Amino acid sequence: MEADITLVVDGERRSLTVDTRTSLLDALRDHLGVTSPKKGCDHGQCGACTVLLDGRRATTCLTFAVAQDGAEVITAVGLVTDGELHPVQEAFCENDAFQCGFCTPGQVCSVVGMLDELRAGHPSHVTADLTAEIGTDPAIEDDEIRERMSGNLCRCGAYGNILAAVRQVTSS
Amino acid sequence: MTDTLTAHSMGTPLVRQDAMAKVTGMAPYAYDHRQDDPAYLHPVQATIARGRVVQIDTTAADELDGVLLTLTRHNAPRLAESEDTEMHILQHDEVAFRGQLIGAVVARTPEIAREAAALVRVTYEEEATDARLSADREDLYRPEQVNGGFETDTDTGGVDAALASSAVQVDQTYTTPMEHNNPMEPHTTVALWQDEHLTLWDSIQGVHAAHTALAPLLRLEPEQLRVITPFVGGGFGSKGKPHSHEVLAAMAAMRLPGRAVKLALTRQQMFTLVGYRTPTINHVRLGADRDGRLQAISHEVVEQTARLYEFAEQTAVPSRTVYAAPHRRTSHRLATLDVPVPFWMRAPGECPGMHALEVAMDELAIACDLDPVELRVRNDTATDPETGLPFTHRDLVGCLREGADRFGWADRDPRPRQRREGDWLVGTGVAASTYPAMSMPGNTARIRYGLGRYTVEIGAVDIGTGTWTALAQIAADALECPVGHIDLRIGDSDLPQATVEGGSSGIASWGGAVVAAARAFRAEHGRLPAEWAQTEAELPESDVTQRFAPHSFGAQFAQVRVNARTGEVRVPRMLGVFSVGRIVNPRTAHSQLTGGMVMGLSMALHEHSVMDERWGHVVNHDLAGYHIASHADVCDVDAIWLDEVDEHLNPMGTRGIGEIGIVGAAAAIANATFHATGVRVRGLPLTPEHFLDH
Repeated sequence: MEADITLVVDGERRSLTVDTRTSLLDALRDHLGVTSPKKGCDHGQCGACTVLLDGRRATTCLTFAVAQDGAEVITAVGLVTDGELHPVQEAFCENDAFQCGFCTPGQVCSVVGMLDELRAGHPSHVTADLTAEIGTDPAIEDDEIRERMSGNLCRCGAYGNILAAVRQVTSS
Repeated sequence: MTDTLTAHSMGTPLVRQDAMAKVTGMAPYAYDHRQDDPAYLHPVQATIARGRVVQIDTTAADELDGVLLTLTRHNAPRLAESEDTEMHILQHDEVAFRGQLIGAVVARTPEIAREAAALVRVTYEEEATDARLSADREDLYRPEQVNGGFETDTDTGGVDAALASSAVQVDQTYTTPMEHNNPMEPHTTVALWQDEHLTLWDSIQGVHAAHTALAPLLRLEPEQLRVITPFVGGGFGSKGKPHSHEVLAAMAAMRLPGRAVKLALTRQQMFTLVGYRTPTINHVRLGADRDGRLQAISHEVVEQTARLYEFAEQTAVPSRTVYAAPHRRTSHRLATLDVPVPFWMRAPGECPGMHALEVAMDELAIACDLDPVELRVRNDTATDPETGLPFTHRDLVGCLREGADRFGWADRDPRPRQRREGDWLVGTGVAASTYPAMSMPGNTARIRYGLGRYTVEIGAVDIGTGTWTALAQIAADALECPVGHIDLRIGDSDLPQATVEGGSSGIASWGGAVVAAARAFRAEHGRLPAEWAQTEAELPESDVTQRFAPHSFGAQFAQVRVNARTGEVRVPRMLGVFSVGRIVNPRTAHSQLTGGMVMGLSMALHEHSVMDERWGHVVNHDLAGYHIASHADVCDVDAIWLDEVDEHLNPMGTRGIGEIGIVGAAAAIANATFHATGVRVRGLPLTPEHFLDH
């Protein structure tokens, strides 16, 4: 069964016909040629396919394209404006927050989404005081960031440098 | 001595040349290259571990709308004979492990291909599965040699007598489980057969390794095959050779001329088709005098191989080199099982072998009432015990001393289970690390000049190691020009011949060829070359291993916290100090070394492929079941290196850093858990149940 859908991908409206079994990730990669999000597991276990979906970070392998008709998708490419890298991307480059780079677009999108969640005051599994104003706390603990980024695996083990990159962004 | 390069760009922390491509996701991995109207392949895999395919019926699959091709042994291209029987798929009816490739469906979309693959009906003649590894099997055998071309067994002096007469003895068995590489990028091959030429966009650690293996197997002339690999999403050894899925994609493409066939293995398929680290059973016996000087080292290993193809890991090999002892024995015995074919996983041999030896050394330190750093210092050796040759440079003692100083080892109370912070038992541990320094023969580089820039070409690969950056830095120093004047071209088998990114040998081998080509270029064309001048040169053969034992060394320190109630192990702090020759790029080197340590942490705490011995099947075959370290596991992991230039091995002065970071890391953590809890765990991973009920 097929369905006609429209997605707004990195600011561009794209219409396509998909098999209703097609994941959003495969729609982006195979149908639209948007290969910035990567497929590491296809089961929502690694985070390599993370994008900002209607403003929130999401693993695109875990949702069907047909269920996202009309949605806005921002990939790591879409975070670039006027040829300038997003501050998170700049910080990744400076802190060598990757090696092979395969999980990196997902990590970058995840950091951007995570920082929004922090600003919005969302608690995490390790948040001690659920009533505290997390987003306004300048001293977010490293454990908060590590916990919130744990859905994005990196087999090269760049976690320390990813944390340093996040720290560079949160402190500026 | 080699003619060592003067470092200008080398040693500077140049930002990765591919950084912008990677943070945007624009770096093209194998699947990402744009293809016109590609087709999608889904493999058909055996659902028995041993037996024979009696019938394979593709009727229903063929009838599905959108299916372009079904491939079985009945219609697959005939491959040439090959010693690598893992690659000989769809040529016979024998099944030697569960998940073996027995067919393929190619369709217009990946969804149709997958559905059609499920419609293929296979009947089997099934035999009993034998997938149980144990040291008491009666059919263990002695392989002719082990991986790396090392001798299977060594025996020097009289180990048994020396052990019997030693004042202090350790006699224990240490185990490491089956582990899977799991690079983030699944193994992927895109194959296009056009005008009698095959192009593969392949996720591989060596374009020429793939070319050399696949062209003859597919009955192609060398010029009929091209392998393109500008970026690889990690490999850690599993992509060190082509596996059977590359053959499958190529065969399918050759049946569909003009149409690119895309095959990306699923995460689940990677637990079957692309190698893994064999489980190891290590019987280690150490004999020492009262002040800790080793008299005897015995390291006897039992591990598994596959019935389809032999892979023998060199697990006991590091115990031949790390410490001085007059009496030494090592051996490797294999069980042939109905399991997938084991292969390289980061530091094959050294990684599991040094876990065994270094936990045993910790036990010896306690038995001798000696500080574990001091024990290792006392057993240092100026010459390689196995070959009698001097090391090119060995500073294990320097690594231990520097690490102890920086880690704050001096005031350590050696008694176990003495430090408690709330529910957490706290301890520290140390282990030595080693890895051989290798330079592979068979590397050629080409230098071309034009418009004020130098194009440097070699079929090297960057699997995340930083080749794009470090090799450009080497080329700049070799040509005595700014790194900004270098245009590096790698990752294509049409470029000059290069060896595989493996054995921590990449930069040494490719860099040596680049330096040779640069020097030949200057000799031929001078400082002011004419436009379009070019020179090609090969890495000269070296006899260094006749005169020296080239090895790197390191010391790993770890602090752990073990929860007294739940048994959970956390690692708040790790420090690695390495003696590895010159560091070409401190920024990428720090990432690579700490990355190895993180993988060692992951090995220590989590990694375990659980084999269901009844069916020859890895039960936890995805990233939800097979745990690797995540952000939350990794706290303060740091690596430093001693300021060195190895003048014996290559003009850069390097010894390789890809693997040494993982070696000893798990042992340091295991030893720290003993210090924290008083519980000695001799197997990995260090899961909570080991630390309960104490």
